[in-house]
Amino acid sequence: MSSSISLDLLPPRVPARIVAVRWDLLAPEEGKRLRTLGIDEGAEIAVVHRGIFAGRDPLAVVIGRMNVALRRAHARAMMVEPVVQPAAAPAAAPMMMGEA
Amino acid sequence: MSRPRIAALVGNPNSGKSALFNALTGARQKIANYPGVTVERKAGRMVLPSGEPVELFDLPGSYSLDPASPDEEVTRRVVLGEFPGEAKPDLLVVVLDAANLEQHLVFAQELIALGRPVVVALNMVDLAERDGLVIDPDALAQSLGVPVIPTVAVRKRGLDALLEALADAPAAASRGRPPRALPLGERRMAARHMARAAVLSESSEHRLHARLDGVLLHPWLGPPILFALLFVIFQAVFAWATPFADAIDGGISALIDLVKATLPEGFVRDLLTEAVLTGVGSVVVFLPQIVILFAFILVMEQSGYMARAAFIMDRMMAGVGLSGRSFIPLLSSFACAIPGIMATRAIADPKDRLTTILIAPLMTCSARLPVYAVIIAAFIPATTVGGGIGLQGLVLFALYVAGIVGAMAAALVLRRTATKGGTSGFIMELPRYQWPPLRDLLIGLWQRAWVFLRRAGTIIFMATAILWVLLSFPRAAPGESQVDASIAGHIADGLHVIVQPIGFNREIALALVPAMAAREVAVSSLATTYAVDAEDEEAAAEGLIPQLRAGWSLPTALAFLAWFVFAPQCLSTIAVARRETNGWKWPIVMLLYLFGLAYLFAGLTYWIAVAAGL
Repeated sequence: MSSSISLDLLPPRVPARIVAVRWDLLAPEEGKRLRTLGIDEGAEIAVVHRGIFAGRDPLAVVIGRMNVALRRAHARAMMVEPVVQPAAAPAAAPMMMGEA
Repeated sequence: MSRPRIAALVGNPNSGKSALFNALTGARQKIANYPGVTVERKAGRMVLPSGEPVELFDLPGSYSLDPASPDEEVTRRVVLGEFPGEAKPDLLVVVLDAANLEQHLVFAQELIALGRPVVVALNMVDLAERDGLVIDPDALAQSLGVPVIPTVAVRKRGLDALLEALADAPAAASRGRPPRALPLGERRMAARHMARAAVLSESSEHRLHARLDGVLLHPWLGPPILFALLFVIFQAVFAWATPFADAIDGGISALIDLVKATLPEGFVRDLLTEAVLTGVGSVVVFLPQIVILFAFILVMEQSGYMARAAFIMDRMMAGVGLSGRSFIPLLSSFACAIPGIMATRAIADPKDRLTTILIAPLMTCSARLPVYAVIIAAFIPATTVGGGIGLQGLVLFALYVAGIVGAMAAALVLRRTATKGGTSGFIMELPRYQWPPLRDLLIGLWQRAWVFLRRAGTIIFMATAILWVLLSFPRAAPGESQVDASIAGHIADGLHVIVQPIGFNREIALALVPAMAAREVAVSSLATTYAVDAEDEEAAAEGLIPQLRAGWSLPTALAFLAWFVFAPQCLSTIAVARRETNGWKWPIVMLLYLFGLAYLFAGLTYWIAVAAGL
């Protein structure tokens, strides 16, 4: 899909959907950890915080009602598509607008 | 009589499981380790409405029965009854965070599919409501097929209903048919549907959480706030503890006087006053400082800030080949390396974990505090430098920083040599902020204070008593110093040859041997040595500090401080490292590199201080 970008390039507080994950870029254990946290294809996600130093690593993302910290290297393996219509994301969208 | 039935609390991390455990068992808890692994085994008693006592276990928080770390492995094996020596739980209490159902129901379904008697505790319903989320427990019970009891563990709400449901659970389980075990993807879909079906109303009241993170995780504000907090902690450890420490000190002195006044002169009286009270007392005095340090760490953990600290520290830790995950065990190691090393089991990457274990002893643990405190009190003037910052506190802070810098440098070298490997990741849930429940804080503090006092009463007492005997026999001839004549004196003479180049006197050489058992023994050993050696009662009563001032030069004192920044003098830490790394190889690496650094830096400190004319 042409409108997809990798998660590390997604601007903060923009709700997006994970459309593809390059599992081969992730260590098997890390992939497993991400999946158990619900970070998988089809999930709605938004970046809320980034670190200060080089590469603005790590990132904090919102997934469901949970905040998860991960590295930029993980974010690079995930292709996301911004969710245009808030109606398409009834559960995740309202909380992301809280601090926008 | 048959054994009491066993119930286990299982759930995701951050589901409020431990708070529920505290609420159900009160202070009737036993904390130990699972044999073979250093995963904490927390057990307690609760009583069902029928009066039947049930043994309750708090299992490590897990995301699934497919383990990704050593502590999740323990949860899996205990739940499935595969852990040797542990009985399979008769009842499961699945703990869910009401505000994070979509996530927590994924694991819950996996547990329910085991077909065992299950009760679901829908925990922290108050926090969910604060966040604008109202959940219908009956709808959830309907879709899960097991009883769902709303609870607020920190306010003891819903506990009676939970106990009643537990009593009925076996009968209910035998009636129903457990659902089929589903793969992760399908469980996640089902969890989403169930969570949506159970939500009665939902609003976007997330402001408190988001605002706090907006400040505490702010790229420019977050790190200074964390460092300011750490600085306050270390100043507080010194300043706030003083009145309490003075009171304990006064109490011990009074006790010594009492013993002297009531017991006749002789072996028993000397053993009591010189070894037991002076030695153990000189360590117990530091209880207030340890309690204050643990209070800060517990509040950071229970409030949810600790995970943010890990987030802020991740980039820096990545610089030496570690991750923010390592920050939590390392910060715990400031209290004690043992829980610190145990906390490394949450680190998934084995190389990361090993590196963290190897550098954990460099964090300034509470056992060093007695050593630092006594030397600082004796040799660093209690003046202030610019802005009312105490010089003593500043020196203490510098010692902590020295440990941290040493640890980072060690990690950097280790990651390029002994623990070489790919860069590690950092994936971690950031739990919601929560006001730390006072009861859980007090239970945590009490458990840690008790561990410290038990150490003082056993290891430190034994080491001090043995040293006292070695110091007291054979008795000195008239005109000869008791220490010179004693067995211990001869041992120290041998060791002194090795440590003399780095400025250590014979009393230090003598103190270093029993201090292998535990660092704080160095203080009690010095206290005992000087008490035995004191010319008269009056000199002994003056206490350790004046005798140190009279007997040590400033370079010696500074070298002694530098030694303790690095020296791995703690048998328990070495034992834990051996158990965690399954062999002697890594503990020996740890011993060698840390003693090497200790000798080198104590020497450098001494030579530089002497050259500078201090």
